[in-house]
Amino acid sequence: MLLTADLGFMALEPFSDAFPGRFFNVGVAEQNMVGLATGLAEAGLVPFIYSIAPFATLRPYEFIRDGPLLHNLPVRVVGVGGGMEYGQNGLSHYALEDVAVMRAQPRMTVVAPADHMQARQAVLATAGVPGPIYFRLGKDDAVVVPGLDGAFELGRIQCIRDGADAAIMAMGPIAVEALGAAELLAARGFDCAVAVVAGLNPPPSDDLAMLLSGRRLAVTVEVHYANGGLGSLVAEVVAERGMGVRLLRQCVRTMPDHLVGSQRYMERMFGLSAEQLAEAMAQELAAL
Amino acid sequence: MPITGQGLRRHILHQSKRANVGHIGSALSVADILAALYGGVLRGEPDDPDRDRFVMSKGHAALALYAALHMAGHLPQDVLDTFSRDETLLGVHPHHGLAGVDFSTGSLGQGLPMGAGAALAAKLQGSRRRVFVLLSDAECNEGSVWEAAMFAAHHQLGNLVAIVDLNHQQALGYTKDVIALEPLEDRWRAFGWDVHSVDGHDQEALAGAMAGLSAGPPHVLVAHTTFGKGVSFMESQIRWHYMPMDDQQYLAALVEIGD
Repeated sequence: MLLTADLGFMALEPFSDAFPGRFFNVGVAEQNMVGLATGLAEAGLVPFIYSIAPFATLRPYEFIRDGPLLHNLPVRVVGVGGGMEYGQNGLSHYALEDVAVMRAQPRMTVVAPADHMQARQAVLATAGVPGPIYFRLGKDDAVVVPGLDGAFELGRIQCIRDGADAAIMAMGPIAVEALGAAELLAARGFDCAVAVVAGLNPPPSDDLAMLLSGRRLAVTVEVHYANGGLGSLVAEVVAERGMGVRLLRQCVRTMPDHLVGSQRYMERMFGLSAEQLAEAMAQELAAL
Repeated sequence: MPITGQGLRRHILHQSKRANVGHIGSALSVADILAALYGGVLRGEPDDPDRDRFVMSKGHAALALYAALHMAGHLPQDVLDTFSRDETLLGVHPHHGLAGVDFSTGSLGQGLPMGAGAALAAKLQGSRRRVFVLLSDAECNEGSVWEAAMFAAHHQLGNLVAIVDLNHQQALGYTKDVIALEPLEDRWRAFGWDVHSVDGHDQEALAGAMAGLSAGPPHVLVAHTTFGKGVSFMESQIRWHYMPMDDQQYLAALVEIGD
């Protein structure tokens, strides 16, 4: 089933046209949408509930905890446009803490695909998960991460580039910029590995530890606040396993509450373009 | 033994005294409503997937629900006696891990959305099962109640029955002084619901009002109740939302309910 809180124009029609009996626009009421999904799932149905990422996660957060999480029911929370993909729409439409609050819940499976092919595989690969899942989706299906080929496995990371000097880990479509940074660094003589981390919870701790083992520099790239996102997750693994790797967290450090612009403009404001990432990493690598 | 409000009150007083916990007045307020539900309105055993669903949205009155489950034969005395102890499934608020509890509650405003989902599921699955949701009156302060009310009316969920325990008080004061609810029945009517005004302490009238409800728009029983009903010194007293009883009060309360 698919429920939407009155969003998804030019996105949900293929489903609603094909399965009108399984599609409900519940109106602009995200809390009720989560409650409805809980009641539907208790009866054996598998509801996907859809909205822009902050409306899908932050508004009904307590309903998600007391409903699908507490009852351990297969509700799929789908938040579209994670990060700052809604550019000029401003902070109300950004999700920069959604992964943090969702992965704070031990029972919540958290998936942030890097492109639509990985999103497709992630939905299929997690179909049997008995409890709730949060999918943080990008909204641009023209984005394709070269070398990823739609690979996804829960609890694992996907390595898309080898390299001995540093390991770059990226969450979401910003992986394209992370990969671009690795290529720019290659031209400057630095050989960097790149991994896509799409499964955030359960944490892919063993894969991350293996990727970082013996390295001197780890870099995380995400359109998310520093607290609680991918950088935090990697820091937890590094600290808990006593690894001696320097961690550079490229993320959103302050609230983007002033000037707005396109998604690319906003990401550049926080140093997340391929060029800016490469420059920051080159400085770190030179200082090692 | 037939399930009666007085029978439930006896268990409510016993258990809240033994556990030394409050929410007594709220539980006494809904005793007759639960007696009506478990005395014949709800259909199906707890393990029947096609049973009627019940959502105790005002979860802080869970003790009344436990007493009803006990009197209906779903909860043995030795399990009821674990209420509020360590290592119990019978907390102050109900948990779905306990057989007979369909949905966990405790945070107000979540029961009607879940109940509307359960009612929609029954319709989609072609089932005749119904969903009953018991709300407190002050719970209607929560915006999510009205989100669900709009949804249920739009989709004509006639298999959904809400019961509002209109006892006129909330945690810190009387509803008229905190957030006025009136005209409550007109508000539900304006949201497209089929509204029934009932004496919330008349078990027969409650059962009669609920018996035939299964079609048309969603239904709401505005159950006119007295907070702390049955124990005169608790009735309509704000302090009995939270206070446990001392020994003297306990004995006096038992006398009043005829135990």
